[in-house]
Amino acid sequence: MHEMALCESILDILQEQAKAQRFSRVRTVRLEVGALSCVESEALRFNFEVVTRGSLAEGAGLELIEVAGEAWCLVCAQPVTVGGLLDACPLCGSHQTQVTGGDTLQIKELEVD
Amino acid sequence: MCNVCGCGEGEARVEGEAHNHVHEGQQIPWALRNPGGNGGGAASGRDLDYGAGPAHAHAPGLSQSRMVQIEQDVLEKNDRYAAENREWLSERGILALNLVSSPGSGKTTLLTRTVTDLAERYPISVVEGDQQTRNDAERLRATGAATVQINTGKGCHLDGHMVGHALERLQPAEHGVVFIENVGNLVCPSSFDLGEDAKVVVLSVTEGEDKPVKYPDMFHRADLMLLNKTDLLPHLDFDKDQCIAYARQVNPDIEVLEVSATTGEGFAAWYEWLEGRRKGRLEHLAGDLELRAARLRAALSENG
Repeated sequence: MHEMALCESILDILQEQAKAQRFSRVRTVRLEVGALSCVESEALRFNFEVVTRGSLAEGAGLELIEVAGEAWCLVCAQPVTVGGLLDACPLCGSHQTQVTGGDTLQIKELEVD
Repeated sequence: MCNVCGCGEGEARVEGEAHNHVHEGQQIPWALRNPGGNGGGAASGRDLDYGAGPAHAHAPGLSQSRMVQIEQDVLEKNDRYAAENREWLSERGILALNLVSSPGSGKTTLLTRTVTDLAERYPISVVEGDQQTRNDAERLRATGAATVQINTGKGCHLDGHMVGHALERLQPAEHGVVFIENVGNLVCPSSFDLGEDAKVVVLSVTEGEDKPVKYPDMFHRADLMLLNKTDLLPHLDFDKDQCIAYARQVNPDIEVLEVSATTGEGFAAWYEWLEGRRKGRLEHLAGDLELRAARLRAALSENG
């Protein structure tokens, strides 16, 4: 349930941006979620609704932009795309991979009034 | 925003020297009006309770805590606190290890034995994270180790901000070791950097051997897996080799040591690992200081 704490951080960002960008209501939050980011999308949606209740983002839509996981295969010595931490290298089947991207959680865009 | 510690307006205050200010117009939070109120017991004066507010959580919406910061990466704020902790520890030559596991893995027993055995070798302090009780902190304090309890309420993990305040309170000795015992949970603590040198995941052989693939994030981020309760192996149907293979599947670099916190078996290797990490930390600091001294000498000779 750390999604609750993550949604707290998202609400913080919205409130700060509301002051800086002079808007009073958030309609949509577009959030980039990496495939390797240890976040459960449904839990994120549920907690977002709970956390934003009574705030400038009450009822706002949460659009998740899914980003593929990226890794470096030590055997193939080249970048590969992986769907999760358990996935083997799609080229050689080895688990000798190091995550290089797709593990972030970042607000990309807000639709506001 | 509070410019002493960066706490946002309305955030719960923690009883203690380093953080006893109250903002104008701010209500004194429940945690301060009822210190130690979480169990009704006597307050030790050293506990940090993030779950003592009306919502019994440190998370918002339900919480007494609300920060206002500029950031885009959702975890950026936590990472900033963690980076401050890391720098603070680094400049003092302190090795910090974040112990993570599911509940019941024997983490506190393992830590109690470790602290007792190593007390004479170097200074050891403990940051003890739990949702509600201070039972584990009391077990650790009984060993003589300086311990600060953090209660998270319904929060499922420690974060960089909580640990920063705990370190301020703890004031761990230079060149020593700080153990951070995280909340028993193999999911959430993996996402939150605390500023530690390494995560050490404790997995007991009474759990399923597939825990590393069920909870891959935690094992992916850990440097060391301590496979605990090995004294029970003869009585169990636990495939140790398969467990280690699973751990290496999600993290090819993870080191594995087999231990029994009950009998002490395997602890010599664990202490050796710790000593190696501590030496690495001190050598790194010594290198930094030598570099700084060389720069100062160069500046002196330029002036001369």
